[in-house]
Amino acid sequence: MASDKLIRMATQMADFFRNQPGIDPAEAVGGHINQFWSYAMRRDFLALIHADADADPIVRTAAGFVRLPQQAD
Amino acid sequence: MKDFIIPDRDMGTPASKSDVMVTLNVDGRQVTVPAGTSVMRAAAEAGIAVPKLCATDHLEAFGSCRLCVVQIDGMRGTPASCTTPVAEGMVVHTQTDEVAQIRRGVMELYISDHPLDCLTCAANGDCELQDMAGAVGLREVRYDAPKNHFAQRTATGPNPEYRPKDQSNPYFTFDPAKCIVCSRCVRACEDVQGTFALTIEGRGFDSRVSAGMGSDSFLSSDCVSCGACVQVCPTATLVENKVIEIGTPEHIVKTTCAYCGVGCSFDAHMRGEEVVRMVPSKGGKANHGHSCVKGRFAWGYATHRERILRPMVREKITDPWREVDWDEALDFAATRLRRAQDDHGKNAIGVITSSRCTNEETYLVQKLARAVFGNNNTDTCARVCHSPTGYGLGQAFGTSAGTHDFDSVEDTDLALVIGANPTDGHPVFASRLRKRMRQGAGLIVIDPRRIDLLETPHMGMGMHLPLRPGTNVAVLTSLAHVIVTEGLYDEDFIRSRCDWDEFRTYMDFAADPRHSPDEVEKLSCVPAGLIRQAARAYAAAPRASIYYGLGVTEHSQGSTTVMAIANLAMMTGNIGEPGTGVNPLRGQNNVQGSCDMGSFPHEFPGYRHVGDQATRELYERIWGVPLSDEPGLRIPNMFDAALAGNFRGLYCQGEDIVQSDPDTQHVTSALKAMDIVIVQDLFLNETSNYAHVLLPGSSFLEKDGTFTNAERRINMVRRCMTPKNGHADWEITQMLANRMGAGWTYTHPSEIMEEIALTTPSFAGVSFDLLDRVGSVQWPCNEAAPLGTPVMHLDGFVRGKGRFLHTEYVATEERSGPRFPLLLTTGRILSQYNVGAQTRRTENLAWHAEDVLEIHPSDAENRGVRQGDWVRVASRSGETTLRAHITDRVAPGVVYTTFHHPTNQVNVITTDNSDWATNCPEFKVTAVQVSPSNGPTDWQRDYRSHSDLARRIMQTAAE
Repeated sequence: MASDKLIRMATQMADFFRNQPGIDPAEAVGGHINQFWSYAMRRDFLALIHADADADPIVRTAAGFVRLPQQAD
Repeated sequence: MKDFIIPDRDMGTPASKSDVMVTLNVDGRQVTVPAGTSVMRAAAEAGIAVPKLCATDHLEAFGSCRLCVVQIDGMRGTPASCTTPVAEGMVVHTQTDEVAQIRRGVMELYISDHPLDCLTCAANGDCELQDMAGAVGLREVRYDAPKNHFAQRTATGPNPEYRPKDQSNPYFTFDPAKCIVCSRCVRACEDVQGTFALTIEGRGFDSRVSAGMGSDSFLSSDCVSCGACVQVCPTATLVENKVIEIGTPEHIVKTTCAYCGVGCSFDAHMRGEEVVRMVPSKGGKANHGHSCVKGRFAWGYATHRERILRPMVREKITDPWREVDWDEALDFAATRLRRAQDDHGKNAIGVITSSRCTNEETYLVQKLARAVFGNNNTDTCARVCHSPTGYGLGQAFGTSAGTHDFDSVEDTDLALVIGANPTDGHPVFASRLRKRMRQGAGLIVIDPRRIDLLETPHMGMGMHLPLRPGTNVAVLTSLAHVIVTEGLYDEDFIRSRCDWDEFRTYMDFAADPRHSPDEVEKLSCVPAGLIRQAARAYAAAPRASIYYGLGVTEHSQGSTTVMAIANLAMMTGNIGEPGTGVNPLRGQNNVQGSCDMGSFPHEFPGYRHVGDQATRELYERIWGVPLSDEPGLRIPNMFDAALAGNFRGLYCQGEDIVQSDPDTQHVTSALKAMDIVIVQDLFLNETSNYAHVLLPGSSFLEKDGTFTNAERRINMVRRCMTPKNGHADWEITQMLANRMGAGWTYTHPSEIMEEIALTTPSFAGVSFDLLDRVGSVQWPCNEAAPLGTPVMHLDGFVRGKGRFLHTEYVATEERSGPRFPLLLTTGRILSQYNVGAQTRRTENLAWHAEDVLEIHPSDAENRGVRQGDWVRVASRSGETTLRAHITDRVAPGVVYTTFHHPTNQVNVITTDNSDWATNCPEFKVTAVQVSPSNGPTDWQRDYRSHSDLARRIMQTAAE
């Protein structure tokens, strides 16, 4: 998956959730990603964040909420 | 004869909606009807057909033909039964010597100016004039009229009163010689369709029906070819060309239109297995007997010579197609799909379900992915249209569907239409809305383009907020700003239906000066005063409704815009009552159904997340296989994964992604990167240029099933003819699945619906038996609502309390700048549908033979572009050429086009930007430059040559 695209999509989510009151935007971004992104997309996203890709702080923190269970492919 | 052909008896005048009942006596029979009913209709209720010519229950009574006169005890003279309302205790005589004599006299006059070529007339067997001549006992015509309208020549030379047939419309013929000037057609055009294209010119003997100005033909007039005039014409004056060609039909099959999301009910008038005409059903709950040019006339594609009827395969997409039998094609497809999984993993293949196919077919395709492929890689065209509606309304209300039925428009006092063009995209709904507007309802349009709805003659106010593409959220939040700061919100509603404290926080957000009309004017170019006026009007209307389309959803902030719409409806209490609501106008015929049926990669049928254990276990039990709890790939994700080499096979049913999805070059590169692309369609299309297997699909006339329209209405589709390709689409999916080991044994779509009802709570009560009995139902249809749910959120929201989300405007990354100074937005046109695969194969080309670029005169002037010039439109994604149409419908800085024709391939220039929540592509905003051009771009030439190459079919030895 084109790497910049995943970060860009996560940043768009951050732009929405950062404006919602009373929630942790990073957790909300993470939750949205868990709900809608495939395993491979989440895996690639986490790899990018761990490789220090340039990202919004919310997106960076959101990575901590992204679930990546063991999966036999 | 007439009644045999048309069992829906014409009651003469429309039904009255009064709940006060009146009892009267007609010819000795007691009959009780609602107050306001005409004597004619009351007689019809009692089983008595009063002779009539100008009256029909499609139209309000007119009282011009004088054939329906009756006698009523205590009333003087012979009143017309169509215009006389019933009264308590009235005693009516429909047949007396006096009225019989009057009727015979009237008929004699009519017939004296009518050609008596009944045996060879197109209306023979279906002519009300003929029926009435018989009914009144007309036995001779004593007049030898000195002047008539029907003879081409008189004894002294050409007849100056004669007018030749108007055959300009490709679907029907107007023969003035047969006209009795009953005005039914003119009234249908005004009252039902709302176009006002027809008029009666002249007076007395000179009265004639005329389309447009004197010099106009039907085609050149404002006529939109909806067919309402043809439907009500009592003679052969306006008649379908197919009836002229074939003759009268002999049986009727009730079915549902396969075009837009309005989901009109139709009676297919058949002779054998040949369709003679499609007539909108009077009992259709979405359309009440009305239609548009597409459903009424544009079904010839189903028997078009370009239909592919035999399966085809090829090794490489550069090879010519090879016609094979079903076994070989399905084995080829199944083997390659399994090989792709063996080589690249279980998740390397997926499906795209069709929003044009039936619920049952869609259900099977997503089941194929989940139960047979073993992944959740399923998506549908809703991804590129209304997925933000699903997410946005789900967040705000707790369920993703539209809140009201179409009938609700009859009660609305003001319609706020956002990013939709109903007269072109949802024409039958538009006619109903315009009818309400003529009764005084207000209209506010928020759209970059001045749409036709604004041009409609109507009684109420019409307001247009011509915003810059991409600023929906700013403008809608500004409307909320005005409502909040001026205290126009409905506190009682909010306190009872939402969370008051949450609303207070929302108020602080909306009241911030950055959302004020003056600030938003700078972003959106909508005058601040207009934003204030619109907000006040929406809040003040007793019952205000919102209707919106893809101009809302197809943006980077599509989901946020949907939430902003939900906020407006909640804060003004416009939810739950007839005449209010939030109503998405869905694009394709079954896009609602395809979403309901679990086409999305993250949810099972009935919108239940794949991570939900109880639901997954339910399906594991019914389907007998373990299921994945991981969300699958959405369409754009499939393309990205294909380019990365991880996604290798696609089964695409009834969807032309190459033409309909954004950034065409990205899509085609992705398809080229796959090992196996299976297209199931009626025709070779743009996507099949990149396919290895073509499975010929069946049309909606060839199968049983259900479609679900934009108001959640589940309508029956019924087979009118044997599938020309040999199989209905659900059978083909089952054959493919079984070759991959599924072991499915469905023998009829009703069995698939049984499985849907068994597993989906909102469909629990739905069955083909129920639909056969009651016609249609709106989901949820279950124990709590056995006949369905017309209006949702009546007393409370599905999620409990309605939720106010904060809708901050975030500018799209797609901005105009020095290189690309204009903003392109896209839309539809009445006569064409989606990618045009169907409508381009009909006579609808008479109205729209190519896509054109609408550009403002000042932008055109600056670029030296004249009307009709070829222009090059370039964006950062690509470029294409098309002809310019100069118009002030679009604002300076904005250009507009449609995407119905593959030669223009507008999606070459749209980008891969998408909605933040759902990846719905941002079709509606692309920064472009426009310049004069000599002809097609290199890309267009290359694409055309590939397309020509990819469509070759090898001649088989036998032929």
